[in-house]
Amino acid sequence: MSETPASLRRLAAQDPRDRGGPAQPMLIVQGLRKYFPIRAGLLNRRVAEVKAVDDVSFFVMKGETLGIVGESGCGKSTLARLLMHLTPKDEGAVILDGEAVGGAGGVPLDGLRRSLQMVFQDSSSSLNPRLPIEQSIAYGPRVQGARPKAARARARALMEKVGLNPTLFGPRYPHEMSGGQKQRVNIARALSLDPRLLILDEAVSALDKSVEAQVLNLLSDLKKQFNLTYIFISHDLHVVRYISDRVMVMYLGQVVEIGPSESIYEAPKHPYTRALLACRLTMDPRERVDAAPLAGDPPSPVRPPPGCRFHTRCAFAEDVCKRVAPRLDGALELSAESHLAACHMDKAGSGHSRAMH
Amino acid sequence: MANVFAGSSVAATAPKPVVQSRGYWASVWRRMRYDYVTLFCLALILIIALLAILAPEVAPMDPYKSSMAHRLKPIGYPGHWLGTDEQGRDMLSRLIYGGRVSLAMGVVPVALATLIGGLFGVTAGYFGGRVNMAIMRFMDIFFAFPSVLLAVAISGSLGGGVVNQLLTLTIVLIPPLCRVAETAASQVRTMDFVDAARSTGASTLSIVFSHVLINVLSPILVYASTLVSVSIILASGLSFLGLGVSPPTADWGLMLSTLRQSIYVRPLVSAIPGVAILVTSVAFNLLSDGLRQAMDVRQ
Repeated sequence: MSETPASLRRLAAQDPRDRGGPAQPMLIVQGLRKYFPIRAGLLNRRVAEVKAVDDVSFFVMKGETLGIVGESGCGKSTLARLLMHLTPKDEGAVILDGEAVGGAGGVPLDGLRRSLQMVFQDSSSSLNPRLPIEQSIAYGPRVQGARPKAARARARALMEKVGLNPTLFGPRYPHEMSGGQKQRVNIARALSLDPRLLILDEAVSALDKSVEAQVLNLLSDLKKQFNLTYIFISHDLHVVRYISDRVMVMYLGQVVEIGPSESIYEAPKHPYTRALLACRLTMDPRERVDAAPLAGDPPSPVRPPPGCRFHTRCAFAEDVCKRVAPRLDGALELSAESHLAACHMDKAGSGHSRAMH
Repeated sequence: MANVFAGSSVAATAPKPVVQSRGYWASVWRRMRYDYVTLFCLALILIIALLAILAPEVAPMDPYKSSMAHRLKPIGYPGHWLGTDEQGRDMLSRLIYGGRVSLAMGVVPVALATLIGGLFGVTAGYFGGRVNMAIMRFMDIFFAFPSVLLAVAISGSLGGGVVNQLLTLTIVLIPPLCRVAETAASQVRTMDFVDAARSTGASTLSIVFSHVLINVLSPILVYASTLVSVSIILASGLSFLGLGVSPPTADWGLMLSTLRQSIYVRPLVSAIPGVAILVTSVAFNLLSDGLRQAMDVRQ
């Protein structure tokens, strides 16, 4: 590979793009909020709002993989789109390597574009059906001012990096490729701007198991090679455990628990996390689950239950849960070890009978 | 962990003939090359167009020179191979000259309407919301009238003449093309690849040109090519009603109109302009069919 651009050969140890130093988190999200209006009636008035993402705070350290799990509709994908600034946020701050993005005095969006990229869930609709994939990958560098020849060379080098022969696949159209190959193209395209943080929104969910494993291995290879930080969004708890250093559990637009992967999976604190983990299938047929640990759908995000949003489905719900919303305290105390849960049972003196005293 | 990924690169490195990078239009042509019906129609249209352009060179006689001695001669009459009309003018020459006006009536309004309607449609579809509302409701006003009635109304108020007829047809054809462009563009807008393009920091203009247009183009072009025949027939209709070009201009619709009095004397000669309209519009329809197939990448 003589045509590999210099940026691809960067060593993982020192990153010249680093600004805040190794202790500065790659991403800090502070009180992020997005309510989608529901309009109705003759005058198209705002009658209600979907609280898709409601006061979400977390951080991602450099070189870390943060897994985000939760049921469908819990706001995972909206969160990803908010971070990418594809959907404008209502409130909150996104701080990338120590610098606020957008707004007055922040990094312009263009800087964010280069540092933050996303791999989309649907591998077929995320590629332009009428562009050969080499052009799809080269589009980003072209937009950012690379000459056509350089952009093409970069696209070809990246295709090689994700395990696609550029001579063979470069001229192909998306419909001439399998799901796994298309997802590799998507990853290559996301890498084409040399990002530091990659958001993977259900990136492997639509693939069959063997291809999923290949792509996961590819992702961990690339992470080392390109010195990447991942936010890995998935509903597959096994995959999240496999790939993540820390895990964040979301329910109805809020973070209910966040902590190191081991700790979350071995000693979950929030009853919702426990129920989710109980939903996993095991390899042992004798450990069959007869009753679903979580019945029914989550409540409507238009009118979330008062107090703890989970109390309607929680086995331990008490009076205090219906009145007071438990807070996720210390979400921005930058410690990779801390394991936090937004549950009254986890807080001393909250008024819950099972709370620590 | 065992690297499962190592196995997958085998497929990628397997020896295969090198495929040259090809553009979108090259691939369209590659698919169309073996579609003989479409190629035949394309050739036919080109021949008709060439004859029309080179009319002064090709036509055997002056299309406006009448001769009372040679009125309504049958097909095959020596010197007038397609006969003569009610004023003794050579039918073949008039047919060739008539192609000029008729083809222009077919192609020019459609081209103009594609540009204008496509621009408004893509704008409405891509931006959505209020922009979409404003543009599409305005187009709906035109949809409220049947197209022929609309053409007659506009033509009637503008008056006759070639330019006014072109203008009339363009106005009539804009709303349907705008609708097609809007539908296609609003479908493309929701696709993830548009979001992916947005997240590279591309400007709206760049996204529309590199990602939206290429996907919107084929439905618009295919629909536009079917409208060519509609436009020719509409133009002929207007001329027939006396709202288009005025006699003695050679025009297929006008020829049909003036020859209809002679239909019992020379039925075959009277039908000739009609046959010309029929052949041309069928050729355009078949061409658009072939184009639709060739432009579908999934074929």
